[in-house]
Amino acid sequence: MHPVVKLIAQRLALGILLLLAVSVLIFAGTEMLPGDVAQAILGQSATETALRNLREEMGLNQPALTRYFQWLWGILHGDLGTALSNKKDIATEIGARLGNTLFLAFWAAVISVPLAIGLGLLAVRYRNRWPDKLISGVTLATISLPEFVAGYILMYLLTVKFRIFSPISTIYDSMSFGQKLNAIALPVMVLVLVVLAHMMRMTRAAILNVMQSAYIETAELKGLRPLTIIARHAFPNAIAPVVNVVMLNLAYLVVGVVVVEVVFVYPGMGQYLVDHVTKRDVPVVQACGLIFAAVYIGLNIFADVISILANPRLRHPK
Amino acid sequence: MSRIPVSALIGLVMTGAFFFTAIFAQWLAPYGLNEAVGDVWENPFWSSEPSQYLLGTDNIGRDLLSRMIYGCQITILLATASSAVAFLTGSILGFTAAVVGGWVDQALSRLVDLFMSLPSLILALVILSVLNVTLPVLILVMGLLDSTRVYRLARAVAVDIVVMDYVEAARLRGERTGWIIFREILPNALSPLVAELGLRFIFAVLFISTLSFLGLGVQPPLADWGGMVKENKDGLVYGISAALVPAIAIAVLAISVNLVADWILNRTTSLKGGRNG
Amino acid sequence: MISMRDMADKPLLDIRDLQIEATVYPPGEKPKTMTLVHGVSLTVEKGKVLGLIGESGAGKSTIGLSSMAYGRGGVQISGGEIFVNGRDIMKGGAQGLRALRGKEVTYVSQSAAASFNPAKRLMEQVIEASLVHGLMSKAEAEARAVGLFRKLGLPNPETIGDRYPHQVSGGQLQRAMTAMALCPKPDLVVFDEPTTALDVTTQIDVLMAIKEAIRDTGVAALYITHDLAVVAQVSDQIMVLRNGKMVEWGTTDQIINTPREEYTRALVSVRSHEHAEKPSSGDPVLKVENVTARYRSVPIDVLKNVSVEIEPGHTLAVVGESGSGKSTLARAITGLLPPMRGQMIFNGRTLSNDLAGRTKEDLRELQMIYQMADVAMNPRQTVATIIGRPLEFYFGLKGAERDRRVQELLDQIEMGKGFADRYPAELSGGQKQRVCIARSLAAKPKLIICDEVTSALDPLVAEGILKLLLDLQKLEKVAYLFITHDLATVRAIADSIAVMYKGQVVRYGTKSDVLAPPFDDYTDLLLSSVPELRLGWLEEVIAHRKMESAGN
Repeated sequence: MHPVVKLIAQRLALGILLLLAVSVLIFAGTEMLPGDVAQAILGQSATETALRNLREEMGLNQPALTRYFQWLWGILHGDLGTALSNKKDIATEIGARLGNTLFLAFWAAVISVPLAIGLGLLAVRYRNRWPDKLISGVTLATISLPEFVAGYILMYLLTVKFRIFSPISTIYDSMSFGQKLNAIALPVMVLVLVVLAHMMRMTRAAILNVMQSAYIETAELKGLRPLTIIARHAFPNAIAPVVNVVMLNLAYLVVGVVVVEVVFVYPGMGQYLVDHVTKRDVPVVQACGLIFAAVYIGLNIFADVISILANPRLRHPK
Repeated sequence: MSRIPVSALIGLVMTGAFFFTAIFAQWLAPYGLNEAVGDVWENPFWSSEPSQYLLGTDNIGRDLLSRMIYGCQITILLATASSAVAFLTGSILGFTAAVVGGWVDQALSRLVDLFMSLPSLILALVILSVLNVTLPVLILVMGLLDSTRVYRLARAVAVDIVVMDYVEAARLRGERTGWIIFREILPNALSPLVAELGLRFIFAVLFISTLSFLGLGVQPPLADWGGMVKENKDGLVYGISAALVPAIAIAVLAISVNLVADWILNRTTSLKGGRNG
Repeated sequence: MISMRDMADKPLLDIRDLQIEATVYPPGEKPKTMTLVHGVSLTVEKGKVLGLIGESGAGKSTIGLSSMAYGRGGVQISGGEIFVNGRDIMKGGAQGLRALRGKEVTYVSQSAAASFNPAKRLMEQVIEASLVHGLMSKAEAEARAVGLFRKLGLPNPETIGDRYPHQVSGGQLQRAMTAMALCPKPDLVVFDEPTTALDVTTQIDVLMAIKEAIRDTGVAALYITHDLAVVAQVSDQIMVLRNGKMVEWGTTDQIINTPREEYTRALVSVRSHEHAEKPSSGDPVLKVENVTARYRSVPIDVLKNVSVEIEPGHTLAVVGESGSGKSTLARAITGLLPPMRGQMIFNGRTLSNDLAGRTKEDLRELQMIYQMADVAMNPRQTVATIIGRPLEFYFGLKGAERDRRVQELLDQIEMGKGFADRYPAELSGGQKQRVCIARSLAAKPKLIICDEVTSALDPLVAEGILKLLLDLQKLEKVAYLFITHDLATVRAIADSIAVMYKGQVVRYGTKSDVLAPPFDDYTDLLLSSVPELRLGWLEEVIAHRKMESAGN
């Protein structure tokens, strides 16, 4: 077997193993913490009967290991259980919301990735001159903004002071594509703002690292044009680090989405998760946590696979 | 001592002011934290009848300035305590892993990998969904989750130092592990760790604010800045800017500390030990 | 219109009163401008080779790159004129420079491994300049490249171009880079320390290949190196540089045989230092008996059945190339890599193989000095702490008594007053190594292991360190185990020699025995590979040696 295929297979296997470990962690985190889960859910004033019923309902009387495997078995068959708070099937509830969240994240990524790479290149091109300093100053400021702060400042400016957008980003299935895009404009802007700074800074560092290599000097001393140097010599070596940066930040987007959805009352996964954390609806929290973790781990594996594929040492072994 | 750049100086002064406010909040605040003094959302700025309160009042008529000052105290207390927890746990375990090596290192590092394989906000939400959220619980949860990052840095820095010839020379001289950790490794690992302390503090401020904003952090009757954004956010749609005051305070605090951390980071990466660093 | 006569009269490269500056950005301070090259002038005739030689900081690489109007980092040409083929290249703008670089002037760097793009095949990179400048068709360029590969002695010249840089060895990459520089038929090639990173036995093969390629293609060259013996083999003329100024410029013969300047004389005589062998005195201070060792997780013995002895006050030199196991021997003796078999008897006591099992007295009497002095000292400790710690640790000296002893040691290493409060970063390379010597002397050891202690230093500084070590040996009666790859150093310091090859001692005895014929094949190769400061030496060696080097 080609070593690259082997490495990728190993990486994928490791990812599955990690996901399994994470499922244990999430399960343990919600079910095996000190104290009585039922008590924690219902509060100190709960009656003994209510506690007993809830324990029965959650299957808390069975050993934890059995419950974990039942839970895992269910997930593998697409059964995420039912919510405690409204007795609805979690899988169907999540289905529509996951689509909304991905819609939001997709547009944020589509805008921020090219923008970040472009600005990163610009900063490298004018390194230590004013465009670079301006970009790094602005990004230093935006890195310090939590998502909800950026969200409310933008909301105040663009919906209250200048009435450009609507402050609520609710979307329905009946809306046209254009209406949907208009509705998510504001949350997308916030996500872009928050992710862009990190992504651009890391892209700049990654490209700078490649541009300072000795083989770039060799190319310059061959009398190549700057654009040829970038396209032929810098680009092939910059793919892996830049893809890594992008994936890392898209994974970060997953977290940003949670808060942004709450700010703009957007009907997605994040909003759903936060609502049910407040209601202490453990099955929903477990399911959402696992899905977020899966997306996060998936993106990281994707980044690793790309860097394996882009590495000439691995593609062409000795 | 080399010259301090203007940006770092601004950062230092601002950070100092925030900490001063946090420490002396009880004496600085004109009114109590939960003392209702006026009407709902009195607006001090650009209003036909300006409020007598400097920053106006909040969603149930409490003095916003007083709440901001107390909020500063809670926010900074939580952020400081949790980054201290993160720092102590992370750096002690990281150094131990690097110096002892072997299975201790393997076990700790794989565990940290597992925790870092999912976003800390998600993990925090999962854990806080079943815990009674009190200040010590918040400090521990945030501190321990964040200690994974400190662990990685401390271990990486220490591993780099452990392979240095001067550490080998100390071993060959017959020095004990204590001397090696405290006299050979620590002085050389300190500056990257101090710069990291700044970044961890910022992260803690943003983290606690986000949690409180989501309603899962500091619980009433206490309040921090994140929670105050949440309380006042509904007014925003009607053009009432009360929610922006704590929001901007969070950003300013984070930027101030960032300016200082950035400066320390630049200094440590360009100095090879010796004086100053 | 320039007539043929004009062309013939003009030198190929003509640098006049070159001044080069660099802007440095010390942290927290204002940027500073330093002058690296002060008014150097030189010319290179068509087809001739000029060697540029000097220690680190002499500005030789900077001058070499100025022939392509290229400055690394913050380096810029601030004065003077540079003519290539009669044209002032500073006046041609960016486009003019691109037409010059890779067409008229090409470059071979010290580290070909870093200078090749890891993501592209060798052939593509070798012919790139020829194609970009429209000098030949792709087929012609490839045919020329294969021809150059063959001439430079690369294995499988037809197919090696299909390989990626990481798939060939360091010596081969250096040859491939030479082929890359020669492919566009340039007028001038700048060779920037092209053999410095190679093992000594590989070095002469590459050197020979470069020399033949220069001769056969009739190209002119600037050959930059710190090794006078190397540059003497390939150059027609040599220019000696120091601190960015020219010291002396003449034919190779004149520079090495009748140097005019004091500094050149010092450079020339650096290797001529000979050390008289001490007579045997009986009981050895250290006996290494049948030591076999391997690293964890590597299933090969790095040391195979090694036995050597050192007498008190004597020096045993352990020589070999990288990978021969000579540094592993040091690690085994110090206990950092406990041997699997064999034992060591030190001062009549059997040493514990493992470091943890050794007594404080064992540790004190066996000290070590490292190759890289800057990483052998804690950058956060002052010289007084560094030298004082062994005094405190082994002898319990404190306060004024300790300070007095530290000063005594500083005097012994010829550094005198005013250094005790300095940090390592505030010392020069030679001073750092001296402090390391003082630190080991502070323990009053019986044996010091010196691991390549001079190989990171400039020749004149290295000679000073060797002299100091010899003086201290007389005074303190300390024995040295001297690990090195440089046979000139061995001649200057050793009483006995062990030659190591692939983990084994292949030749061992007193210096006079080891260095006298008949030789075994490997010792012959190693001895003959050491560049000698003599015209025609290279050709002689290539013609007469018994064994080819392994890692070319």
